[in-house]
Amino acid sequence: MSSHQISVTINGEEHTREVEARLLLVHFIREELDLTGTHIGCDTTSCGACTVLLNGVPAKSCTVFAVAADGAEVTTVEGLGNGGLHPVQQGFTEKHGLQCGFCTPGMMMTSKALLEENPDPSEEEIRWGISGNLCRCTGYVNIVRAVQRASELMKENSDG
Amino acid sequence: MAECRGLGHSVQRKEDARFIRGQGRYIDDIKLPGMLYLDIARSPYAHAKITKIHEDTAMAVDGVAAVITGKTLEGFKLAWMPTLMSDQQMVLPVDTVKYQAQEVAAIVATSRYAAADGAAALEVDYDPLPVVVDPHEALKPGATKVRDDKESNHIFHWEHGDADGTEAALAGCDTVVEQKMHLPRIHVASIETCGCVASWNPVEGHLTLYLTTQAPHAIRTVVALVTAHLGLAEHKIRVISPDIGGGFGGKVPVYPGYVLATAASVVTGKPVKWIEDRSENLQADSFARDYHITARLGSKDGKVTALKLDTVADHGYSDAAANPSKFPAGLYHIATGSYDLENAHVSVDGVYTNKPPGGIAYRCSFRVTEAVHAIERMVDLLARENGEDPADFRLRNFIKPEQFPYQSALGWEYDSGDYGAALEKAMDMIGYQDLRAEQAEKRARGELMGIGISSFTEIVGAGPSKTFDILGIKMFDSAEIRIHPTGKAIARFGTKSQGQGHETTYAQIIAEELGIPPEDIQVEEGDTDTAPYGLGTYASRSTPTAGAAASIASRKIREKGRKIAAHLLEADEADLVWEQGKFYVKGSPDRAKTIQDIAFAAYTNHPQGLEAGLEAISYYDPPNLTFPFGSYICCVDIDRGTGQVKIRRFVAVDDCGVRINPMIVDGQIHGGLTMGIAPALLEEISYDADGNITGGNLMEYLVPTAMETPHWELGETVTPSPHHPIGAKGVGESATVGAPPAVVNAVVDALWHLGVRHMEIPMTPARVWDVLNEHGAAATR
Repeated sequence: MSSHQISVTINGEEHTREVEARLLLVHFIREELDLTGTHIGCDTTSCGACTVLLNGVPAKSCTVFAVAADGAEVTTVEGLGNGGLHPVQQGFTEKHGLQCGFCTPGMMMTSKALLEENPDPSEEEIRWGISGNLCRCTGYVNIVRAVQRASELMKENSDG
Repeated sequence: MAECRGLGHSVQRKEDARFIRGQGRYIDDIKLPGMLYLDIARSPYAHAKITKIHEDTAMAVDGVAAVITGKTLEGFKLAWMPTLMSDQQMVLPVDTVKYQAQEVAAIVATSRYAAADGAAALEVDYDPLPVVVDPHEALKPGATKVRDDKESNHIFHWEHGDADGTEAALAGCDTVVEQKMHLPRIHVASIETCGCVASWNPVEGHLTLYLTTQAPHAIRTVVALVTAHLGLAEHKIRVISPDIGGGFGGKVPVYPGYVLATAASVVTGKPVKWIEDRSENLQADSFARDYHITARLGSKDGKVTALKLDTVADHGYSDAAANPSKFPAGLYHIATGSYDLENAHVSVDGVYTNKPPGGIAYRCSFRVTEAVHAIERMVDLLARENGEDPADFRLRNFIKPEQFPYQSALGWEYDSGDYGAALEKAMDMIGYQDLRAEQAEKRARGELMGIGISSFTEIVGAGPSKTFDILGIKMFDSAEIRIHPTGKAIARFGTKSQGQGHETTYAQIIAEELGIPPEDIQVEEGDTDTAPYGLGTYASRSTPTAGAAASIASRKIREKGRKIAAHLLEADEADLVWEQGKFYVKGSPDRAKTIQDIAFAAYTNHPQGLEAGLEAISYYDPPNLTFPFGSYICCVDIDRGTGQVKIRRFVAVDDCGVRINPMIVDGQIHGGLTMGIAPALLEEISYDADGNITGGNLMEYLVPTAMETPHWELGETVTPSPHHPIGAKGVGESATVGAPPAVVNAVVDALWHLGVRHMEIPMTPARVWDVLNEHGAAATR
């Protein structure tokens, strides 16, 4: 198995490692860098638990090779908020948008990207936007409310 | 003093602080020094003789350290393990596989990838055998026998109620409806799969098992029992259930992977991690349902009179159901539901087939969903046969509030209920009469719209020790509370949250009882070395059992606190009055000591003759089960071109007794409803005639996304449980139990005028379109 040196900037910090060509980005993040907030929920790119932002765009990191992220900027849940809470994290807490917490990091990364692209989404747009992320606990109603709350908070922040 | 935010407050969850930062600690996040990884090679056949396992083909892979087969385990008498239902299942097969995806060998390696490589490289020779997948076929004479160690494929016959009386009552009815229905195999598909890290310390003879389990103490005892001959003992086994990414019943059983990781750790002397893939999870872990029901329900003069259910239960190759020991069909005999009927009889015949073992709950209390589906479908059919609106028919036939406590025909004592109030509230919320008018207009235009009701009664909180045990261990649960000198507390429980929010709700119960705010109470579960013994979290039992224990332990602390307060206030104990958070002298509210004052004194100035400290433990044995209920109304539109069922509105009125944290209760109902419509519309684990699984990954097994899930509309009524210390009943599963028949009834209602009387689930677009086409109602261009 060939190996390659890669440099990936994760949450603002550059990491250089020698990795197998087949190593998945999610395993690079979880096993090599010990950032275990990004979860794995399936083997068919269906559930979205492993969603990270790859150069600002949500990507299911179980379906990206680490070598394909060479030179990229990756944001994981650990990079949300910069010490405080990101409005998305605030929204999920206030609106009870999580229960077991397993889908939550991926769900929040998708929500962050959604709100950056569309700061004032309708319920339908939110539902469509998170439809690549499965949640088994919440029935989605409170996730929708969490994203709506995050949208409000982001507007307040930018107005302030 | 500040409000203590006990019962009835939507306190934000304590556990969220770590979850939203990605700092939850789930099983796959645990990494121990020198840890090895285990992967499992699985059978491509549903039934086959293993003629040879070429272990060398896996050992040749870089990084592979060991290959474990059934023959290895046989040497340690570990190839088979007992199930909770007095059956046995294989950890690894010695010579024959019984279902597709069954574990065949374990590969232990230095990395996750190397272990997977080893499993892929392992060559195994098989001689395929005939397969039986249909339980009805399996019962026929001459059928392929699934188990060599059994006489036939018939596992058990169980029945309950008065068979002759029910037949006689049905014969005396003026209206009887009969319907066959299949509740297919489904899978809980929690977003986190199962896994473990086993760490054996050979010097100390000590095993630490990090495990995705809903019942850590029960697992510890089971491990101790099945490994006693190898020298393991219960005091040297520590089970730690870390944060759990959803359970829903799927994390109750002991899976072969857990035993294999443990055996591998003992063999290698190193910690061993096993994490299953999603496909393995869906294909091999315990399934739910798979009941083939023949139902009959009769009425006389419009009054429901008699119910008969005869059932064939497909258990796969082993009866590994997760039921209390005395209940091979769980609590299926709740089947008389919300209705006052005098004659009932239910029977279940368990059958072996070449499918994975199981029979767990999928977010329900032991086969209650099957029972509710049957009665709610049948009541709908019977209403129409009587020419009556299904709502009116239900309202007339409900058990009335004044009949509680109610003795059901199948032997349960329902604790409390007001079924009519819940249904009337749901009808008001959805605007039932207006919807009926709209439906009539639409029907005249050829559009398909339906309205379906389900008025369920659940039975949860197992359970009273006189009848409920698992492997002989009574189904109590526990709370241990310690108040520290500064008035803060730690509380530990025998249950285990999988997302239900126990860290918050248990703290609120204690806050209510003692006046200590929830944020001052640390709640811990899941470590058998520290938590008091309990049977775990499933069957909506945490609040009915451990929640009650929290109340009782708090009250013990309060009573000791009274003695300390009397000492501090130099007053007679009998003259002290408790008001949340303090004792004061009757008639002199200023002469008071807070719980914090009392806690400090318990360690610094305790009265002579009284032990120091302020703590208590309760093992709560519930006097009865609890009976949550509710009424759901579902409104659907059906696309005549595609057969797609769209849920336009869904109103859910739940009564779970007293609500501890309304925000969390609503969240539980939202999630439960979503897991209720899932099997109604989308989910099924199915097999072809050769036993090949046809829904074994998340591309084929369709878990609802936000797009299929409607915006749930919730309502509530509150009928406290009279026997629970705080009147709570449990709510985690009500919606999953109650929702499916509401959706089916709505779809059948939409198609009734076409002559449709029943729909099997899941009601996929293909299945609905076929029915439309059969009745000449599919749209054509």
